[in-house]
Amino acid sequence: MAALETKDLTKKIFAVKAVDNLTLSLPAGNITGIIGPNGSGKSTLLNLLSGICKSDQGKIKVKGRALADVNPHRIASYGIARTFQGVRLFNQMTTIDNILLALSEKSFFRSLSRRTEKNLALRANEILRAAGLADWAYKPAGELSYGQRKLLEITRVLAAPADIILLDEPFAGLFPEIIVKVSALLKKTRADGRTVMLVEHNLKIIRELCDVVYVLDRGKLIAGGPPGETLSRPEVLAAYLGN
Amino acid sequence: MEYLAHVGIMAAIYCILSLSLNLVVGYCGRYSLSHAAFYGTGAYATAILTANYHTGFFASMLFGAAIAAAGALVIGLVLNRLQGEYYLLASLGFVIIMSSVFNNLNNITGGALGIAGIPPPAILDNILRSHLSVFLLAFLICVLVYALLAYITSAPFGRILRAGREDEEVVATLGYNTTLFKTVALAVSGGVAAIAGSILAAYVTYVSPSSFDINESILILVMVILGGLADLKGSLLGATILVTLPESLRFLGLPAVMADNLRQIIYGAALILMMFFRPQGFLGKYKI
Ligand SMILES: Nc1ncnc2c1ncn2[C@@H]1O[C@H](COP(=O)(O)OP(=O)(O)OP(=O)(O)O)[C@@H](O)[C@H]1O
Ligand SMILES: [Mg+2]
Repeated sequence: MAALETKDLTKKIFAVKAVDNLTLSLPAGNITGIIGPNGSGKSTLLNLLSGICKSDQGKIKVKGRALADVNPHRIASYGIARTFQGVRLFNQMTTIDNILLALSEKSFFRSLSRRTEKNLALRANEILRAAGLADWAYKPAGELSYGQRKLLEITRVLAAPADIILLDEPFAGLFPEIIVKVSALLKKTRADGRTVMLVEHNLKIIRELCDVVYVLDRGKLIAGGPPGETLSRPEVLAAYLGN
Repeated sequence: MEYLAHVGIMAAIYCILSLSLNLVVGYCGRYSLSHAAFYGTGAYATAILTANYHTGFFASMLFGAAIAAAGALVIGLVLNRLQGEYYLLASLGFVIIMSSVFNNLNNITGGALGIAGIPPPAILDNILRSHLSVFLLAFLICVLVYALLAYITSAPFGRILRAGREDEEVVATLGYNTTLFKTVALAVSGGVAAIAGSILAAYVTYVSPSSFDINESILILVMVILGGLADLKGSLLGATILVTLPESLRFLGLPAVMADNLRQIIYGAALILMMFFRPQGFLGKYKI
């Protein structure tokens, strides 16, 4: 079954069709790769799926339910969480606060009560320990290194109560040791039955992690299927290697 | 003793004002100049209801808080779409409008002359005639306000607001209805400010528009900034210092006019020095 589907999705940014008539689906419990040259519309697709921007045309379905033009917080309630290409943390808040924001209740009324704080803090500390960020728990997130910040953002999105995780280039700029760590995290996420969408330029990582890969070029879908076969198609090679 | 109690009452009133404004400025990250409008709403509610309709003090206070909170909800729907300088200027527009309402709605607010003959606060028919008893009441209300705000800001609510001041879009993708959180924060802030207004009205038994103009908004904002953003103890400190400092100038034996000018200069100089040496305020968590 598809966890997430788009049909004829189109988004124009000024004159450019950043996403052009895109129809694709993310199989539930799989890691789906999205690749394509710079400016091919990968991040715009993520923005559409998470409600950061509204589509001009087309449909999005989550677990079979049509997603009308709704706010990002409503989309989150469908079980979708995401990271951003430029890491977006709450830099002036502590590392643990960043995790707690993913964990705590979304309901306004429940947010007024401190009843759950103790348990949440225990869980957040546990999550940070597992990610190797425990020593930074009470430091501002802005004081972490780039790689640590990236790791924290991934840790935060995985801590969210979501079963569809959208990642925009999570491996970019990471130290090889951390790449291994994040790969393992994503495999575990899949093993837990969650669905992952992975925007990534590194084809080696795509081959290693993805069950399905879609190739975008100038907003259009040019190929899709299992990575081994898809990545060796001539049109994909042409788009990637510049003819 | 009466004099000390007077300073204490004013300190308590401004503590309530700066605590409540910190919710908007410190926690939501929105520099607001509209606070005097909510403060004035409470003061006029108590003035009108107790002087003209013989309503009890507490009933008038609750009514004023409800009106101010409801007004803030409506204003919030407009203001909260804005950020930064845009928010600041729009909030300035709002306080100017309210100032004009207080000044010109002669039949209701008494216009520029204001409303006199407001009965002092009373608890179950016991009229609080002495400054000391009014101080105890104001102090008690201030403690309750502090406890309420300390609780909700240390609950997930406060964290969600603080996150929103950095990146609302991310807060929304994490599943929080940011508009709702910001709007309620403004409503609570406005409602609490109105309570301070009620205390003032019943204490001085007289209200006039000049007490709730843009200068008043600036003073409260300065208290919050000096005390520290997103720190409630900072707000208590900022308000207490800015209320007691000018009072202590009197003991230097300066003529009233000179003391008043000196006070303005001290406010201004404190603000400038603060921006250079401690932009996060005395106890604040965020730099301006
Ligand atoms: N805010 C914007 N203003 C103007 N054009 C934009 C904006 N965002 C995206 N675009 C355009 O939309 C198209 C798709 O951009 P998008 O960021 O989705 O590409 P991408 O595939 O994520 O690229 P990259 O690999 O560099 O991250 C590009 O042509 C880009 O110029
Ligand atoms: Mg991108």
